[in-house]
Amino acid sequence: MSEPPRDSVHQSKRSFLTFLLGGSLLAWFGSVLFPVFSFLKPPKQAEVEVRSVKVGNLKDLPRDSGTIIRFGNKPVILIRTADDQLKAFDGTCTHLDCTVQYRGDMGVIWCACHNGKYDLTGRNIAGPPPRPLDPYRVVVQDDEVFVAKET
Amino acid sequence: MREIFKRAYDWIDERAKLGDLVDYMGKKYVPINRHSVWYYFGGVSLFLFIIQVVTGIMLLLYYKGSEELAFESIHFIMSKVEFGWLIRSIHSWAANLFILAAMIHMFSVFFTKSYRKPREMTWLTGMFMFFLALGFGFSGYLLPWNELAFFATKVGTDIAGALPFIGEPLLVFLRGGEDVTGATLSRFFGFHVAVLPGIFTVLLGIHLLLVQRQGMSEPIGEEGAEKGESKRMPFFPNFILRDLLLWLLVLNLLAILAVVFPWELGQKADLFASAPAGIKPEWYFLYMFQTLKYIPARVLIVDGEVLGVLVFALAGVLWTMVPFLDRKSQRGEKNKLIDYIGIFAVVYIVVFTILGWLF
Repeated sequence: MSEPPRDSVHQSKRSFLTFLLGGSLLAWFGSVLFPVFSFLKPPKQAEVEVRSVKVGNLKDLPRDSGTIIRFGNKPVILIRTADDQLKAFDGTCTHLDCTVQYRGDMGVIWCACHNGKYDLTGRNIAGPPPRPLDPYRVVVQDDEVFVAKET
Repeated sequence: MREIFKRAYDWIDERAKLGDLVDYMGKKYVPINRHSVWYYFGGVSLFLFIIQVVTGIMLLLYYKGSEELAFESIHFIMSKVEFGWLIRSIHSWAANLFILAAMIHMFSVFFTKSYRKPREMTWLTGMFMFFLALGFGFSGYLLPWNELAFFATKVGTDIAGALPFIGEPLLVFLRGGEDVTGATLSRFFGFHVAVLPGIFTVLLGIHLLLVQRQGMSEPIGEEGAEKGESKRMPFFPNFILRDLLLWLLVLNLLAILAVVFPWELGQKADLFASAPAGIKPEWYFLYMFQTLKYIPARVLIVDGEVLGVLVFALAGVLWTMVPFLDRKSQRGEKNKLIDYIGIFAVVYIVVFTILGWLF
């Protein structure tokens, strides 16, 4: 039986110490950086889930016009067409997040930012938008207009 | 009076050895050649940055960075504070002139290949400062919280969000949430007045130190001013005085622009209003904005906007890395390819900016 040479004892002691110090350093970085990065991430705000909103009276919506309504914290576009149909869509352009508007002169839903166009069924027909606008349901009860999520 | 200055100088000199510095300045020369005019644009950029710091701090005394108060506080600055309209107008105009001067400075360095060894670090710090300047412009643009700024920020941050992998977390980080809200304004305010100036100042220090240590670059094949073999002028006082004269002219130009074309405030942002017709970003983003208009919704399997963003990002990275890619200039040979790339970039930016401005 021979003892291991002193050098290798040193070696293993050293690598153990390196491991210990390196590990502590990593743990230290982790414990500093984790709170910092967590802080940078904005907390989720509790959102009230909105299923439908009351917009107002039908007579306040002239024919061939559109308006942006507040649906929770999202804009929704409500349109009364020239032939007296009510339609509602997500008001956020699917291209780069601008808010769209109704253009009676062109008969389309138009986004001013990059000249994107949607027809009155929400389909993207011209310009850069990659997807159609999500439709919303419009209900009229005793001349009161309600907009609701499609179920 | 003279005696007082002399004693103050001696007092500092005794402790900080100013003599070495003065000696050093006295031995520094600026080459005179057909490209010498471009040497001034770095100095002009520096001057405009100083203007921004001074007017920015002044505006900070009255500005309030919140959704309810931002627009109103700038309205207050422009209508109630004495010369508030002027200071705000100067800050807006100087921002634009700063980007313009920095762009001219960058292109002149690019075309004369002054980024070649030993000035790679000067180019890199300069490019990072240029990107920060764009960040200054983008974040500052939102601070008045008007409708143009609101939609420009929506579009700009959405473009950042289109980047693969890091896009989504980056978008949430920038906006302080999923949407552009008052939280975004708070963040942009912080970036604009604390984060960006802090980083910028460090980079500027390195950039200026390198320029002082290495002196001005000379065009390939015309080196020799350092050894006095070609025409040159002393940095101090000849070049400095010319610099200062130009700064005075720039200040005059700035004052004329700020007074004759006062910067508008526009309409307060309404989170539930349609984007107004004719919405445009600041001119230095216009060519990218215009390009995005022309890219179709889908190119093969990629979203048009993702493709656009990736192409511009790649171009930016290659442009920044040019000292390491351009081997020929390193060896002191002429590199025509770099000239063509630079001309293409200038023509592209000019054409698309004009298109964006007209349509």
